[in-house]
Amino acid sequence: MDIPLDQILIQTINGIVTGMILALVASGLTLIFGIMDVVNFAHGELLMLGAYVGVVTLGLTGNFWLALASATVLIGIFGALMYVVTLRPLLGRDPLTTILATFGMSLVLQNYALWQFGAVSRKISEPIVGHFNLFHLDYPWYRVAVALISAAIIGGFWLFLKFGTWGIWIRATTQDRVMAQAMGIPVPWVLAGVFAIGSGMAAASGVLFGPFGGVDATMGLNWILRAFIVVVVGGMGSLAGSVLAAILISLLEAYASLWVSPSQAIIVSFVVLILTLLVRPTGLFVATPK
Amino acid sequence: MMSASVTIAEGGDPLLQTRGEPLLAVAGIHTHYGKSHILHGVSLEVGRGEVVGLLGRNGVGKSTTLKAIAGLVHPTAGEVVFEGRSIGRLASHRVARLGIGYVPEDRRIFPLLTVLENLRTGLDRHGVDKAKRAELLDKVYAYFPILAERRNQRGGTLSGGEQQMLAIARAMTLEPKIVLLDEPTEGLMPRMVSQIAQIVGALHNEGVAVLLVEQNVPLTLKASRRVYFIEKGEVRHHAMASELHVDDPVIHQYLGV
Repeated sequence: MDIPLDQILIQTINGIVTGMILALVASGLTLIFGIMDVVNFAHGELLMLGAYVGVVTLGLTGNFWLALASATVLIGIFGALMYVVTLRPLLGRDPLTTILATFGMSLVLQNYALWQFGAVSRKISEPIVGHFNLFHLDYPWYRVAVALISAAIIGGFWLFLKFGTWGIWIRATTQDRVMAQAMGIPVPWVLAGVFAIGSGMAAASGVLFGPFGGVDATMGLNWILRAFIVVVVGGMGSLAGSVLAAILISLLEAYASLWVSPSQAIIVSFVVLILTLLVRPTGLFVATPK
Repeated sequence: MMSASVTIAEGGDPLLQTRGEPLLAVAGIHTHYGKSHILHGVSLEVGRGEVVGLLGRNGVGKSTTLKAIAGLVHPTAGEVVFEGRSIGRLASHRVARLGIGYVPEDRRIFPLLTVLENLRTGLDRHGVDKAKRAELLDKVYAYFPILAERRNQRGGTLSGGEQQMLAIARAMTLEPKIVLLDEPTEGLMPRMVSQIAQIVGALHNEGVAVLLVEQNVPLTLKASRRVYFIEKGEVRHHAMASELHVDDPVIHQYLGV
């Protein structure tokens, strides 16, 4: 089958756009795993709740950017509280307990959203409505903007991790929690802060994705599954690895959907996951195992 | 027991430097690790600016004593008092901020952080402004010029001796009143060992107290004012370092050398 070049280019752009949102979701997940070895099954629900905060704020103010900011901040605070209440008492115990706790939280949050907002999908309208001509397509500027905003958030976060005091505290705590404490780093606050940042990033992706797929109580499930694949393929706990893996997997899915339907194209990410686990279980983009 | 007994009674131990309040007083602490009872009532004192050695065979509880002081292990009984304040139940990050620097046996520098970032873990704290940070950094670089040269290198790529210097320098960034040094010369070349001895001397000259756990007896006797001997989780003997020599029967008794 002959695929025209313009189709490939369009799918490349689509893949990068989805990849950047996925990277935003996976960054928070990998960060939380890296620092406290907690696999947060409620991460997708934080994304979903963030999208709903976006819907509500947008309804009240009509301002998308305010909705994005308030969802990030509110869900960030909510994530930190969730960590303090449900996870902190379990740290250091069998990992199964934290898995069950976060899984339980995800069920609670999903059902809360269903009860509060109903089963009908809500829509977030695009803040940027223009299109530009991409070959035979009218391509929405908003999609490009989403990729750029996601990249800016991840880039800003990387700078914060690299140069900020809190960034150094987070990295030191990730490498050696006990020694970080002995150096006077307030580790309990750092852990809560990391949960807040990860949750805020999930909420931001929920709002950004809202205009594409609508907002409903189960939207987190879709993302969390792919984000887990990304985190494993990129190397658990590696931020750069997650970003690269998110883009790789999204591009492969986008190309695959040239031949098969998009719902079948998801199979590609599972193939990548299985191959990674077989060939390089520590992750494709990690130089040395942690 | 051979010479002075170890008590923390009022009026102080006759071997102690000052009759006033000690900087650090450990009184009868017990620790447990799971079901094993590690420390069986360790008591010791360190005066302000005093260098005190802690000697004993492997596995007698020397490192655990330091960890208990640093707040990394919480005593199940007994008290740790620092500047008149009980710190035995305090979280270790709060203990560190009171001015207790901890240099663990295996150095435990942050391997993926650069030398400068390792130092920033101690420098970037509340109440230390930019000028003060620069001043502290200059000070540790003056002590350890090699760290200034390697400031942008990852900690994990340094040699063993350099990592030890970084671990000590990192503790110094906390402006400690006492540094807990756990076997700083272990596995180092002789040249490095003498450098560590100089650093202990320099800390002492600056008025920083040092609690030194060592296997190197000559170094400990030379650097310390007093030494405690620990055996089976208890302090069994206590003496002025100047009154001991490497071949002393006491040394043979507690260290088997």
